[in-house]
Amino acid sequence: MQMSSPAGRNPIDDNRQGLIGKPLDRVDGHLKVTGQATYAYEYTEAGPPLYGFVVTSTTGKGRIRNIDSRAAERLSGVKLVMTWRDMPQQGKKEVGAAPQLVDDKILHFGQPVALVVAESFEAARAGAALVQVDYEPVHGVYDLAAARPAARMPRPGLQPPDSTLGDFDQAFAGAPVRVDQTWTTPHQSHAMMEPHATLAVWHGDQLTLYTSNQMLTQAQATIAHTFLVDPSQVRVVSRYIGGGFGAKLQVQADAILAATAARRLQRPVKLALTRQQVFHVTTHRSATIQRVRLAADQHGHLLAIAHESWSGNTEGENSYEAAATQTRALYAAPDRKTAHRLSTLDLPVAAAMRAPGEAVGLLALECAMDELAEKLGLDPVELRRRNEPTQDPERHVPYSVRQLIPCMDEGARRFGWDRRKVKPGQVRDGRWLVGLGMAAAIRSNFLRPSHALARIDADGVVTVKMAMTDIGTGSYTVFTQIAAEMLGVPPHRVKMLLGDTEFPAAAGSGGSFGAASGGSAAFEACEALRQKLIALAGYDPDKAIFANGMVSDAGQSRSLASLAGAEGVEATGDIGPGETGKAFSQHAFGAHFVEVGVDTDTGEIRVRRMLSVFAAGRILNEKTARSQALGGMTFGIGAALMEDAAPDLQTGVFSNHDLAQYHVPAHADVPPLEVVFLPEVDDKANPLKIKGIGELGICGAGAAVANAVYNACGVRVRDYPVTLDKLLPHLPAQA
Amino acid sequence: MTPFTYERAADPAAAARAAAQPGARFIAGGTNLLDLMKLQIEKPVHLVDVSRLPLNQIEATQEGGVRIGAMVRNSDLAADMRIRRDYAVLSRALLAGASGQLRNMATTGGNLLQRTRCNYFYTPGLPCNKREPGSGCAALNGQNRMNAVLGGSEQCIAVHPSDMAVAMRVLDAQVETINADGQRRVIPIADFHRLPGNTPQQDHNLVPGELITSVVLPPPVKGVQIYRKVRDRASYAFALVAVAAIVDKQNGQIASAKFALGGVAPKPWRVAAAEQALSGGDIHQAADALLAGAQGHGGNDFKIDLARRTLHAVLTQV
Repeated sequence: MQMSSPAGRNPIDDNRQGLIGKPLDRVDGHLKVTGQATYAYEYTEAGPPLYGFVVTSTTGKGRIRNIDSRAAERLSGVKLVMTWRDMPQQGKKEVGAAPQLVDDKILHFGQPVALVVAESFEAARAGAALVQVDYEPVHGVYDLAAARPAARMPRPGLQPPDSTLGDFDQAFAGAPVRVDQTWTTPHQSHAMMEPHATLAVWHGDQLTLYTSNQMLTQAQATIAHTFLVDPSQVRVVSRYIGGGFGAKLQVQADAILAATAARRLQRPVKLALTRQQVFHVTTHRSATIQRVRLAADQHGHLLAIAHESWSGNTEGENSYEAAATQTRALYAAPDRKTAHRLSTLDLPVAAAMRAPGEAVGLLALECAMDELAEKLGLDPVELRRRNEPTQDPERHVPYSVRQLIPCMDEGARRFGWDRRKVKPGQVRDGRWLVGLGMAAAIRSNFLRPSHALARIDADGVVTVKMAMTDIGTGSYTVFTQIAAEMLGVPPHRVKMLLGDTEFPAAAGSGGSFGAASGGSAAFEACEALRQKLIALAGYDPDKAIFANGMVSDAGQSRSLASLAGAEGVEATGDIGPGETGKAFSQHAFGAHFVEVGVDTDTGEIRVRRMLSVFAAGRILNEKTARSQALGGMTFGIGAALMEDAAPDLQTGVFSNHDLAQYHVPAHADVPPLEVVFLPEVDDKANPLKIKGIGELGICGAGAAVANAVYNACGVRVRDYPVTLDKLLPHLPAQA
Repeated sequence: MTPFTYERAADPAAAARAAAQPGARFIAGGTNLLDLMKLQIEKPVHLVDVSRLPLNQIEATQEGGVRIGAMVRNSDLAADMRIRRDYAVLSRALLAGASGQLRNMATTGGNLLQRTRCNYFYTPGLPCNKREPGSGCAALNGQNRMNAVLGGSEQCIAVHPSDMAVAMRVLDAQVETINADGQRRVIPIADFHRLPGNTPQQDHNLVPGELITSVVLPPPVKGVQIYRKVRDRASYAFALVAVAAIVDKQNGQIASAKFALGGVAPKPWRVAAAEQALSGGDIHQAADALLAGAQGHGGNDFKIDLARRTLHAVLTQV
């Protein structure tokens, strides 16, 4: 089904069993905490595997003169050293392949230059250290500010890089109240728990990859393109994934190199990246430079908005950080422009990380709004209220549902926002200066094509299959709730099978579209199955009710098990985006409220309280949804205060390439977080009337933290992360 | 990881003998060495496991102090009642370090011998005189936010990352050792770690095979004991600046104080002249003396002001 029109009433609305929204525990939780959920590196198939270890470039840019692998090859246990000279023919990147060890060019530090395969992981790693690579280095550009003058207009991504409406320059020049500031955000690493890992097994010309990937159908295509085989020859399995945040959207070197070596050696090959390698071999979020200009009249009505963003990527890459995109949809203003420019940096490949665009874009826009509110003498919530658009200001279509103002009002009330002192630096608690800040949240809502198969068997168990993934978000659980609710069976009578390209093609997990896309496909398949069962029972489709493992109509009932019979009954369903995506501006909204303390002596910043209110369509599971929000908010604290993959400007290495030095929040950095979901259904979004929530929590969260820091101590830091050294020169002198 | 042989030492003397052979290393908790071995930064050919040696007691000394066995785990040391009561600065420093899991493994001796966390030391292939003498120092003109502003050289500006050692420095601890010949000696903590000079690869003054058997704390001294660690996140982060202090106040005035800095130098940084200056009552003069010669390298310039402000905060909070 395509979302060509708003979804009508359906069994999810009826929620007869009350499973939709219920805070059901994760159905895979027991498996995970007892170590029975199998992750990529833990599989064994077709006998004991060989182990691969990647050798990576220690130069930032240049050429490989020579690779001497003799010492490595002599090492006991080493079976193979592969370099670019040994690689079989591979598909090209331009056609969607992910070729590895392509030639002698070094595009960035940490680029794979060889693979060592051995009988043990230890031997492979020891062998890797013996591979001598002779580089011819050339000067590289590792600093976005330095590369900015040569920035180019990138090819369009999901949306065009630029947009204009009216005459921004004229409107801005003539406005009475203006903000014109530049923010910078650093490179960030996804820092998910599980590093990339793969077991590759060939059976003849059939390849099976047990790997950690968010988008299996896409991965299958990429791998097929790379090995110049048909997708039907490639099976990708990712049943459990230890987090991704976007790092596992693409097929990485672990999968391709393991499969290449496995084919050549006719043995299964396992390959895991180390944490240090993850920083360089895989992707990261690019740094940005963002200039935001806001102009308003004396009453706080925005007259003009401009948001320009610069980011970087490796030579040959087009992906840019779409940091200005949300600015097209958040606030009303007649004259506006947004622009994205891309610079070539000799750094590892930049790509999507949790809420690409909004996560860093709102760090600029929502702080600019805070500065504007201050100039106008308006409360930040009131400023946003006065600029609430009646329709999407650039696309001129209505919002599907937009509850930003209710989110702000509910949050302000619960948080005690009225206690905020307008003038910064007024509240002391011992050695701490205390401040409050807020910011709005917005995240685009997507729907991607997905297919599912649902069946019921003689034992009454409902089985659903999709090539979907659960990257730790709770997909298994919410899909189980959908299927159980649709068929009227308890959740433990549903077998939810995900993570395998043998199953119907699905969207995968990314862009917060997983629950909507996979869930709607499951819904459609279950609906088709219901209709088949109703027909088998001979009941009236308009009156039949599914409950307690039975279907009933006008006093009669049949058990689903008996209808299934020995053969079982199955049905398929699918979902895809349609007209409602074009006719409506679809976003999830929210508002964050934060209290921070700033140490008067040292400038240490600690978040003391945080409350966020979200309106994101129907909530499928209160518990897993809340967890997603908590994770996003925590991510926002990290983005505001600590995350910073700092490139060495001589070599382009991300110098702090492990989790001891690349800081994400520790438990002690995160106070009790409060999450509120407002009641909402969005019938334009999908049949479930849900919106994505995996990324919403991070959107605007960091800006609320930065605004609270300003309110606490009166220092605006526009260069993220906001670390104590940036506050120190501005703190009050000591006695 | 390169292949290595392993033995479990029977007693301290045997351990010292076994570790005197070229390429041998002691291993206790392994919280640092194993990481370094995986990255081929440490490449021992032989490991002498000292973790089961009977050096895990905390005992009173005849002089009225305590002797801490080298194998006492950081968690146990921090939780010991005598340490908490009489040497609170040490307990607090330990609890400010690493994580609960690491403290459960890390030992007293191993903590003193942990290596720097300089980013470049951890990046094989890039210049680092500590890792590869003569290769240069990439931190001098690189990302040096965490690096030293005191005690460094043209060769190396790595920081010694221990919190425990900073507390031990204000406590005037003594390190007891045994060497391969069975000889024992006592090294004042002040002389234990080295400044890099032209030999940054040598972190300390132990000779090959010399094993730390214990650390002795002198009898407790009067005063309020404080450990203030300033860092980028609230837990599991190395110090940007740390101040260990024992401050004795009389009639509202500081009568005497001992204080040392962590996170700013290749060893705990304590300056006698600074403590003398403070007995004159002037915190700013004391800070000047403590930070004399401090030099930033761009990314770590802020540490000088931060150290001054943190010292001020500590000395005025008592």
